[in-house]
Amino acid sequence: MTRRTLLTLVTMGLLAVLPPVFYLTGNPFYLDLATRLTILAIAAVSLNLILGYGGLVSFGHAAYLGLGAYAVGIPAHHWLYGGLEGIGLNTTSGLVQIPLAVAVCALFALVTGAICLRTKGVYFIMITMAFAQMVYYAIVSIEEYGGDDGLVIDSRSELPGISLDDPLQLFALSYVGLVVAMGLVRMIVNSRFGMVLQGAKGNNERVVMLGLNTYAFRLTAYVVSGAIAGFAGALLGNFTTFISPEMMDWTRSGELMFMVILGGATTSAGPVLGAAAFILLEEALSSLTVYWHLPFGLLLIAVVLFGKGGLVGLLSRREGGK
Amino acid sequence: MDLSLLVIQTLNGLQLGLLLFLVASGLTLVFGILDFVNLAHASLYMVGAFICATLTFALGNFLLAVLVALPITAAIGWAIERFVARPLYARDHLDHVLATFGLILVMETLAHMIWGPQGIAVPLPAWLNGQVALSETLVIPSFRLVIIGAGLAAAGGLFWLVNYTRLGMLIRAGASNRVMVGALGINIEMLFGLVFALGAALAGLAGMLVAPITEASIGMGNNVIITAFVVIIVGGIGSMKGAFIAALLIGLIDTLGRAFLDDLFKLFMSSAAAETSAPAISAMLIYIIMALVLAIRPQGLFPPKVR
Amino acid sequence: MTPVLETRRLMKSFGGIIATNDLSLSVTKGELHAIIGPNGAGKTTLITQLCGTQTPDSGSIRFKGRDITRMPAHRRARLGITRSFQITSLILEMSVLDNVALAVQARQGSSFDMIRPARSIKAIRDRAMALLARVGLQDKADMITRALSHGEHRHMEIAIALASEAELMLLDEPMAGLGHEESRAMVDLLKSIKGKHTIVLIEHDMDAVFALADRISVLVYGHIIATGAPAEIRGNKEVEAAYLGEESGGL
Repeated sequence: MTRRTLLTLVTMGLLAVLPPVFYLTGNPFYLDLATRLTILAIAAVSLNLILGYGGLVSFGHAAYLGLGAYAVGIPAHHWLYGGLEGIGLNTTSGLVQIPLAVAVCALFALVTGAICLRTKGVYFIMITMAFAQMVYYAIVSIEEYGGDDGLVIDSRSELPGISLDDPLQLFALSYVGLVVAMGLVRMIVNSRFGMVLQGAKGNNERVVMLGLNTYAFRLTAYVVSGAIAGFAGALLGNFTTFISPEMMDWTRSGELMFMVILGGATTSAGPVLGAAAFILLEEALSSLTVYWHLPFGLLLIAVVLFGKGGLVGLLSRREGGK
Repeated sequence: MDLSLLVIQTLNGLQLGLLLFLVASGLTLVFGILDFVNLAHASLYMVGAFICATLTFALGNFLLAVLVALPITAAIGWAIERFVARPLYARDHLDHVLATFGLILVMETLAHMIWGPQGIAVPLPAWLNGQVALSETLVIPSFRLVIIGAGLAAAGGLFWLVNYTRLGMLIRAGASNRVMVGALGINIEMLFGLVFALGAALAGLAGMLVAPITEASIGMGNNVIITAFVVIIVGGIGSMKGAFIAALLIGLIDTLGRAFLDDLFKLFMSSAAAETSAPAISAMLIYIIMALVLAIRPQGLFPPKVR
Repeated sequence: MTPVLETRRLMKSFGGIIATNDLSLSVTKGELHAIIGPNGAGKTTLITQLCGTQTPDSGSIRFKGRDITRMPAHRRARLGITRSFQITSLILEMSVLDNVALAVQARQGSSFDMIRPARSIKAIRDRAMALLARVGLQDKADMITRALSHGEHRHMEIAIALASEAELMLLDEPMAGLGHEESRAMVDLLKSIKGKHTIVLIEHDMDAVFALADRISVLVYGHIIATGAPAEIRGNKEVEAAYLGEESGGL
């Protein structure tokens, strides 16, 4: 077993065991922290597919979290206050909401990705950011769903056999979701599709010359990534039960990018470790001082300037980087 | 819609466009010459506004405050170039984005520590705070005219600087060929520092001009920077002319869209439908325009010739 | 017989500078057709138009009788045109074997498979190993590409070109930057594949060109001033003048 595989197993093992233990020993706060961490880790894992393996610096990933959450919130809102009876679906059911979240995000990724991927480099960074901001403003302008003030989700997604009102079950679902997302990304990355994606990152022109339309590969990866993030968004909506446009602000997208880089892009455990470090650090620093963004920001700068390879690189260095 | 409302909204659009140009020109300058993506440009906008606010109270005069605040903001820009940007030139854009993202957190917290969490309103001298009657029905605040005038003057000054001075020649040469400028024996580090400082001063100026209307507040730059990104994407990154035209275009489209889109929609749909859809569409309008431009010209309207 | 590749009156200019000027060229099946010319004659511009990363301003390009003038690069590659790059163009972060395997899988047309682990597909791995063996790099298969020498990179380029099983190979200066020994190894390698593929070779190394080419075209200022067998080109006064005028010598 390589050091990296071991690291992934240890990380996931700790994440599976510690939160329930805290919960059962009377520290429910830490379970909440772990659930949030797990959900954001799913988003970071999905971002790693395009950012890490695809080399596509998407600065709009928080939009998918937001869209996914609203895909839970809006149907739930209508379930309570009417307006969608005509479609004949149980709009409070998770079996409607979660597929909706995934589908909406996949569609948004398809449409915006088709445009974004025509551009390169810094254009791509800025345009992905701008499209995310477009969603932000669109939601802000819709008064029925609370606009700027956000929307309270009065009832969580109803799923057969589990109740998301139980924090432990919500955590369990998020954890399983994370494992599935990691498995999915790992499978894609190691497949022939993944080889093309990583090849195009290293040298796009070369891969095109092999007869592969890298645009189609990248767009597909972009859609898959958006869909996974949409799933994370649906979980996030169920976790917070309050959603607002603020959750898709561009600074949120920046945080997701940071989780990936901090943990170590192009590794399985990286986004999870990054999300964990980010959330725990945020929690620890903000309990010390209201000015916690100052050391946090300085740390971010330091990580970029001096820390190559992220936490995974640091923790598995002795193996020689392979 | 009546004509005087259209004139007022057009002037508002022009004002927004010129402010956007001040922010976008610095971004595009820094990117075009240094190949550096600076998210913290947003913070310079904010810092300019706060420094100007403090100085307005200290000196008792808004105009004087602006004149003193400009070089201070430029100096902060220079320091950022020296200590954060310079070590990152050899890195990729992702690292630029992440580091300057961290820098935003640092600068916003510093602003929080120095000026507190509340916004600061900036008082205008009486002669700037009046209203100008353009016709019987058309009255606009005189400060808006000042912003438009100052914006145009800054744009004119920038064009003169870039096209007719030695520094401008170096800037243009640097944008198309960095190695060449270096080979000419020009102190390239000095040039980069100056460009960064100039961009900072321009962003700061925009913040100072906005402060009397909105007040100086933490995070005030975070929305402007995205719109400025849209401007330079549409205009073509690195192109000053593109930034100017796109800034006016975006400013006008955004303002007029928010003001008149519902009236326009009512021409072909029920007024209830128009009133629900118009705000959402007008909020997305500039992004839709950006998408259309990029679908046709992936490098923007005026892509720089050499890159 | 229709030529494999035929260009008619190709024109391409960049902001007033004419890079390709009324260029007509015909390459027959199985030949190794070398294109030589002084620096700045527009050789690489020609290659980019042939492989499709740039489109000509006017004129036409035909591949096996089919008009491909405006066809995108990846579709030309699928039709059977491959190129190697003057500046080594490999995926440096991937292993040597993965680089070649990617070319093999591209040829097999199953690259959209997201499920099966690529490295466990024996047919692809075996073929890639065989190609590496053919260019003498089988021992370096598992190394990261970045770690190989320049000469080895050039050999990898040939292995990748072979992997595509392309009917037409466009080789842009395969000897660029090679030492004497390395050049000789490359000439031997090209000799071993010559005749099995149609090859357009752009090269500055005149010894190599005259040792390998069936026919040679001389490109000056974007225009072909002479085409013929090596012996004819050697004796051509116009060619000599063009080269002597450029002082780059070599003939």
